[in-house]
Amino acid sequence: MTDTDRGTQRDRHSAFSLFTQQSLPACKPVLTPEWVIMTFLFIGFIFIPVGLVTLRASHSVVEIVERYDIGCVPEPFRIDKVSYIQDDSIPKNCSLSFKVPKYMKAPIYIYYQLDNYYQNHRRYVKSRSDKQLLHGQNEHGISSCQPVEVNNDRPIIPCGLIAWSLFNDTFTFIRNRAELKVNRKNIAWKSDRGHKFGKNVYPFNFQNGTLIGGGKLNPTIPLSDQEDLIVWMRTSALPSFRKLYGRIEKDLDVDDVVVVHLMNNYNTYSFGGKKKLVVGANWLGGKNDFLGLAYVFIGSSSVTIAVVFTLLHLLSPR
Amino acid sequence: MVLLSTSEPTGVAYVQTTNLDGESNLKTRYAKQETLQKIPEKENVSGLIKCEKPNRNIYGFQANMEVDGKQVSLGPSNIILRGCELKNTTWAVGVAVYAGSETKAMLNNSGAPSKRSRLETHMNLEIIFLSLFLVALCTVVSVCAAVWLRRHRDELDYLPFYRRKDFSEDEEKNYNYYGWGLEIFFTFLMSVIVFQIMIPISLYISMELVRVGQAYFMIRDAEMYDESSNTRFQCRALNINEDLGQIKYVFSDKTGTLTENMMEFQCASIWGVDFNGGKATSQDQKDGYFVQADGQVLRPKMVVKTDPELLQYVRNGKETKEGSYVHDFFLALAACNTIVPIIVDTPDPTLKLIDYQGESPDEQALVYAAAAYGFMLIERTSGHIVIDIQGERKRFNVLGLHEFDSDRKRMSVILGFPNQSVKVFVKGADTTMFSVIDRSLNTSIIRATEAHLQSYSSIGLRTLVIGMRELSTSEFEEWHSAFEVASTALMGRARLLRKIASNIESNLCILGASGIEDKLQQGVPEAIESLRTAGIKVWVLTGDKQETAISIGYSSKLLTSKMTQVIVNSNSKESCRKSLEDAIIMSKKLTTTSGTTNETGRTLGTGSTPVALIIDGTSLVYILDSELEERLFELACNCSVVLCCRVAPLQKAGIISLVKKRTSDMTLAIGDGANDVSMIQMADVGVGISGQEGRQAVMASDFAMGQFRFLVPLLFVHGHWNYQRMGYMILYNFYRNAVFVLVLFWYVLFTCFTLTTAINEWSSVLYSVIYTSVPTIVVGILDKDLSRLTLLKHPQLYGAGHRDECYNRTLFWITMLDTLYQSVVVFFIPLLAYWGSTIDAASIGDLWTLAVVILVNLHLAMDVIHWNWITHAAIWGSIIATFICVIVIDAIPSLVGYWAIFEIAKTRLFWFCLLAIIVTALIPRFVVKVLYQFYAPCDVQIAREAEKFWAQSQSAAVEVEMSPILDHPRR
Repeated sequence: MTDTDRGTQRDRHSAFSLFTQQSLPACKPVLTPEWVIMTFLFIGFIFIPVGLVTLRASHSVVEIVERYDIGCVPEPFRIDKVSYIQDDSIPKNCSLSFKVPKYMKAPIYIYYQLDNYYQNHRRYVKSRSDKQLLHGQNEHGISSCQPVEVNNDRPIIPCGLIAWSLFNDTFTFIRNRAELKVNRKNIAWKSDRGHKFGKNVYPFNFQNGTLIGGGKLNPTIPLSDQEDLIVWMRTSALPSFRKLYGRIEKDLDVDDVVVVHLMNNYNTYSFGGKKKLVVGANWLGGKNDFLGLAYVFIGSSSVTIAVVFTLLHLLSPR
Repeated sequence: MVLLSTSEPTGVAYVQTTNLDGESNLKTRYAKQETLQKIPEKENVSGLIKCEKPNRNIYGFQANMEVDGKQVSLGPSNIILRGCELKNTTWAVGVAVYAGSETKAMLNNSGAPSKRSRLETHMNLEIIFLSLFLVALCTVVSVCAAVWLRRHRDELDYLPFYRRKDFSEDEEKNYNYYGWGLEIFFTFLMSVIVFQIMIPISLYISMELVRVGQAYFMIRDAEMYDESSNTRFQCRALNINEDLGQIKYVFSDKTGTLTENMMEFQCASIWGVDFNGGKATSQDQKDGYFVQADGQVLRPKMVVKTDPELLQYVRNGKETKEGSYVHDFFLALAACNTIVPIIVDTPDPTLKLIDYQGESPDEQALVYAAAAYGFMLIERTSGHIVIDIQGERKRFNVLGLHEFDSDRKRMSVILGFPNQSVKVFVKGADTTMFSVIDRSLNTSIIRATEAHLQSYSSIGLRTLVIGMRELSTSEFEEWHSAFEVASTALMGRARLLRKIASNIESNLCILGASGIEDKLQQGVPEAIESLRTAGIKVWVLTGDKQETAISIGYSSKLLTSKMTQVIVNSNSKESCRKSLEDAIIMSKKLTTTSGTTNETGRTLGTGSTPVALIIDGTSLVYILDSELEERLFELACNCSVVLCCRVAPLQKAGIISLVKKRTSDMTLAIGDGANDVSMIQMADVGVGISGQEGRQAVMASDFAMGQFRFLVPLLFVHGHWNYQRMGYMILYNFYRNAVFVLVLFWYVLFTCFTLTTAINEWSSVLYSVIYTSVPTIVVGILDKDLSRLTLLKHPQLYGAGHRDECYNRTLFWITMLDTLYQSVVVFFIPLLAYWGSTIDAASIGDLWTLAVVILVNLHLAMDVIHWNWITHAAIWGSIIATFICVIVIDAIPSLVGYWAIFEIAKTRLFWFCLLAIIVTALIPRFVVKVLYQFYAPCDVQIAREAEKFWAQSQSAAVEVEMSPILDHPRR
């Protein structure tokens, strides 16, 4: 093959031959000092403002956290809290009050927070039947719910440990002797209500066993409307978590005193879990400075690195 | 199968043995006259064949046949082996002697030793580390689980998220709980299952895919395409591509590898007169010699340039005394061989070409030369040959033929002339020929011939001496009877024949000598020079004479005039030891003096006062497999060039194993002939040249190519790339899998050590299948750290592979440290940001999945050097594919994480977390990379920047910029 021959052949299969000869047009970025310094400065200039804004937002969030699991156990029972909570004959009423530190704009979200509660335990997360939740009465496919799958030879709907341990403390809010209405609709994801929990599935044979784990369900309301259950069954990722309880759709003014009447039904005493009531304005995340601080830290470190590189570049150029 | 008869009346069958030994030329097989006469195709022949036991020697066969009470001897030329193809023969009848698994083809069917690349061997060790790490992770998890279970043992029955007891039955029993010890054991097993992707099984698959890709590009490389023989590069072994980037020793055969093995008759010394003209090729000689017969023109296929003076002698014929010697000389050339002339048709019906097919290229060259001078071999059968001498056809009876063997190093043919005289013509190597030449005759001519031989071999020509003797009738009879007996002998036939041959090959009258040029292959000197600049030691192992080897050494720039030659030629162990010791002292002296100048002057490059060791096969016999090996190695290490001449095939392998045993450096053997097979299989990388000497070498090799000079692009370009790519890919795969496992591990620490994974199972499976696999493979195949031109221009860059720059233990641990850091960042930023929030496991799992995948892909993107559209597509495509997969998985209502990605992607926090993770995780690596590149750049890095910034400016400037750093040896 002569040179011209090869030339024509190359033209003919130009694109393919560029590929086979590994000479496709390519960009070969090389790190130059200018480039590197600019990159770090850029990161810094993005991250520091974002971090500051986030921090500010986090600080402006008004959040009232009240731990009530100990306070709500009457003095004489504090030695043996477990028997107190298991004793149905003792009334579980309790009340606490807080003062609003800052003006809070509606909607105000009410969460309950559980600490040291492993909703991500492997035994726990597996103990549910998504099929049953959506399609209802089904003898099969509920083996994953063991040991809470049947009671008196009849299947439990909803089965499984998660549903069985449904949180059942209730809260009522009173301001100036008038009840603050808590809206408990739309607290679960719309997708869960629409497609994950059946509209024709009703609770059945639920919480009828010897051991009562938690809340009971109204057997006349379909699962898709049992929002407390839906929220509870979206198992949390971390052992310290909040779940949405409801929303107060009225603004709260500074120095308003809010009294909370609560039914302290749920047993966290047997494993040392904590229960808290959270009243706040933010939907997700709540008051958390971490990300803001992280942003500021990353931003300032990259500015520092940029400065160090600039100095290095100026003092000892290659 | 023993031939009985063939379609040819002479009983000849032409076979091609490509399948057996790879040689594509035609070989002749003969049916014995005795069976031929019986017409076995028509009538029954009965007889008895006694043959040796089945063995694997395809070139040997000993048997005899009893037909009609007559003993007939059978040799290798009377059998057709399984796997041969009949050519130009319509049919052949024979008796099968070996069948099935006893055939020689089957017995030879042993696989080549499997080779594993060095990178892979190292990698396997690192995988053991990873396994230990995996076991450690699992142990941590199960110990923690044990402690947790112990501490909560009283609560387990009632814990809402554990509930050990099943109360639904009347009898309370434990549900799914088998006691403390077993629970721990199950936890351990479960953690092994969850964390098992720590061991990158997929890495092996990706490595294979990458190697296939690399092999594809090597095969398609136009720079390694041999136009003359129309052969592409061949990749025969798929698992040692990356070894090509770390070769430290190159062992090369000479004939056919450095040289073309296209022999060309250059000059002759006849009767003491040197004819070495032939330069003045006039126009009428362009077509060469031809004969006309029956209106047809016969012409040899190859044109040989002729010496006009010699031609004149030939034309003058036998009148003069010189003329008759010349006549005999060329007759010997034309007759004393095993060449088969094949007449090939051309489009022109009046013109036919004669193609000489034979096993030895030397013989071919000689026969072509004889034809050019008017002695054209027209026909050869087992009984006679026809030679056209100056247009006059003569038929000679071939009364006997003693084939060439490596002990005698000569062959002879006994011709019966038409005038009833009998002559023996002998042709052989000078060392053995002069011992059988009658020195009393024509002393001056012998002297002159010897002088000519000396001068021929000094210019790199291969020499053969030709002698002749006229046999008297009694001598012939004596020989004939002895020959008959010997050739039918079943035991020790070869030895007997050799004895008879040496009897007849004695007291010869010298005719002259021929000089055949063994042409160097194109680009060999340049290639050797580049290899040496790259710090590769080139050893030449050849079967040739010392003088020829040295002269080829000079012409191929292997040896230079600056070098001091240390020659070791010894005949006993003692003298060997002595000369080796002397040589070591001498080489040490030379290298130390050069060392001091090196320190003071700093001007000397790689080629400073080098020593060349030249050692011959006889010395090696004493050295190999004895305690002297150590000394030879020591000596060879001091020398920059080692030339071994007169070495046998097994010695070649012996030398390689000598080097392999003592260093961990990679060795490459390159050769083309059957004699190089052992060497090719012994070396870490075997390269075969698909040249003239058949294809055995190619069959045994790992890579095969057309020309020696392709070694340079193979090593410097493809070897370098492959090594760099593979080294990076292995490290990256370790990182990629480990970072994912660590993220899973951290989460397990927050779930009571119960192996819950927030990242859903589908994503775990798809992680190394879809999310991250394609970019590594694409980068492993396509990334190029430097352009081909740069790599070829600066062979020093090859040193990166010698220094293990792309993959070593330090890099492994640094990568693992980085992995640990990155996994901490990936896991803990979302953990802290979402601590005590309403986040559910599926949502945060999606965040982690996306964060890890984007991080891992951007990590790769940061290290990619050569971005073409395929790389772009692979990296960004993988990220997009991951998003799509996560969305699809989350759109399945029956899975726990239904719609999670949509819910979480609505929040600002998610995107902020993602950004923070990626930037934070990559910063340290980026900083280290920048510092390393600015303040301790490696050669490759410098060359890369040079390529980028000084591409337009003069290359000289680059040279100045680079050389001080490049010459500086680095550990």
